[in-house]
Amino acid sequence: MSSENQESEAPLEFGEEKQDSQEKDANPVKSEEAKLKAKYPNLGQKPGGSDFLMKRLQKGQKYFDSGDYNMAKAKMKSKQLPVAGQEKGLVTGDHIPTPQDLPQRKSSLVTSKLAG
Amino acid sequence: MAGAGDGDDEVQWCFSQVKGAFDDDIAEADIISTVEFSHSGELLATGDKGGRVVIFQQDPESKSQPLCRGQYNVYSTFQSHEPEFDYLKSLEIEEKINKIRWLPQKNAAQFLLSTNDKTIKLWKISERDKRPEGYNLKEDDGRYRDPSSVTALRVPVFQPMDLMVEASPRRVFANAHTYHINSISVNSDNETYLSADDLRINLWHLEITDRSFNIVDIKPANMEELTEVITAAEFHPHQCNTFVYSSSKGTIRLCDMRASALCDQHSKLFEEQEDPSRRSFFSEIISSISDVKFSHSGRYMMTRDYLSVKIWDLNMESRPVETYQVHEYLRSKLCSLYENDCILMRCVHEYLRSKLCSLYENDCIFDKFECCWSGDDSVVMTGSYNNFFRMFERGGRQDVTLEASREVSQPLMVLKPRRVCAGGKRRKDEVGVDSLDFSRKILHTTWHPHDNIIAVATTNNLYIFQDKC
Repeated sequence: MSSENQESEAPLEFGEEKQDSQEKDANPVKSEEAKLKAKYPNLGQKPGGSDFLMKRLQKGQKYFDSGDYNMAKAKMKSKQLPVAGQEKGLVTGDHIPTPQDLPQRKSSLVTSKLAG
Repeated sequence: MAGAGDGDDEVQWCFSQVKGAFDDDIAEADIISTVEFSHSGELLATGDKGGRVVIFQQDPESKSQPLCRGQYNVYSTFQSHEPEFDYLKSLEIEEKINKIRWLPQKNAAQFLLSTNDKTIKLWKISERDKRPEGYNLKEDDGRYRDPSSVTALRVPVFQPMDLMVEASPRRVFANAHTYHINSISVNSDNETYLSADDLRINLWHLEITDRSFNIVDIKPANMEELTEVITAAEFHPHQCNTFVYSSSKGTIRLCDMRASALCDQHSKLFEEQEDPSRRSFFSEIISSISDVKFSHSGRYMMTRDYLSVKIWDLNMESRPVETYQVHEYLRSKLCSLYENDCILMRCVHEYLRSKLCSLYENDCIFDKFECCWSGDDSVVMTGSYNNFFRMFERGGRQDVTLEASREVSQPLMVLKPRRVCAGGKRRKDEVGVDSLDFSRKILHTTWHPHDNIIAVATTNNLYIFQDKC
């Protein structure tokens, strides 16, 4: 990725265990990649691709639909309300969001500690 | 290592001040998100996750004393942005200040731009040290006088009062960004500025808030085809028609606004071709550029990607002229760094604002380190983990790793160079890679424009260092 002849830093000692670190020396990134693929064989082809970028673009998206809420409420009258913890993160569909599920709106009127 | 001025003498850095509390439990709002010196260096602004701005001023009495140049006192603090909720898009808008940029000073007041994900604000910071006294119909405390008791006329005069620093929002530039603003940059023409989000860059006039011009748009017609996003953008320091923007794929595009109204076609494309044999799963992620900064001279620009800092000559697009490894030893930790983030990505749904969520948002491998130039462009600086920060002398002469820590918090204490041991025999004062604290990271640093004074932000503390004289 970066040209070797332009690096300024003196090479760090990679270790005394020469035999198995030989391969690591050559490309520690490749062995890291192998490690990752061994753990997650189904990892997608394009790690930096669409999924990752789409997630980045959607930061902050909350899902609350009042229509869903009321429909679910009507359906749920006789049943027990599902607890938030079980379905990590679904606030749509049958799950009825309660005030506890929703993120706290922080009070922002406290002076910064940097100014203290 | 020479900073501003010194020939071959080693510059030694000393502790000057540290701001903020040393609590065990750090409140999210106190996380510092941006730091910036003003153009004169007299003022130093910080923004935090709680939407607050704190401005420090160089102590006027200490300014001329070499040993105390790095004395900065609180000058003003205000709430810049509040959390908002966009009901139409079901989107929570964080109040976190992403960037602060100062305007060059034109009169007695100071102006800065501060931005969160969606809205940019122009703040005026002015001093008031006089007040009118001696009104005819009002007492000095504001109570109205009985008109019948007024027997003579007097002219109100200005009397000195205790200094009051007031911050007021003069302009609010809103509703121009669908995606999250990552950069703002004031033009050298002092009339316009740009704001960049993940997919678009807009040009504003500082006086006009209801209109902005879109100058770059990389949104594909079909979002499925999205392959890269804009990560940073900056105007050239002298050429008002030139700006650059960096991408998540490690490229930098230089655009000339004289060429066309919409600068989708770059004038120059800076990209270093990767050796195909070194290409890996991580390649694209670690080549994503987190910051781009022009040198003061305007001849060079510096980019920061996950592992290195690169200096580019604007006249050469094919490769950087200098590359500095910030923390090469992390190459052998990429798996666990990525893994931690991946696992979090899978099990946390965005809306859950739990501890887990904020860890995700502070992802290691997606950490956006910034970089900065010294005033004379001879040294560049960037942060790392374990509250380490690195300085590289141009021309590859020397580099040093320093630490912002509570242990070195006595005035004028000299910072000792730190070393990280990547493996094998660890010398006495070296830190092993596996002992690095990845939760203590320095993302934001800034260098005084004319002096060897630096401000380094750890998670919730601001350290000010100066060179030893």
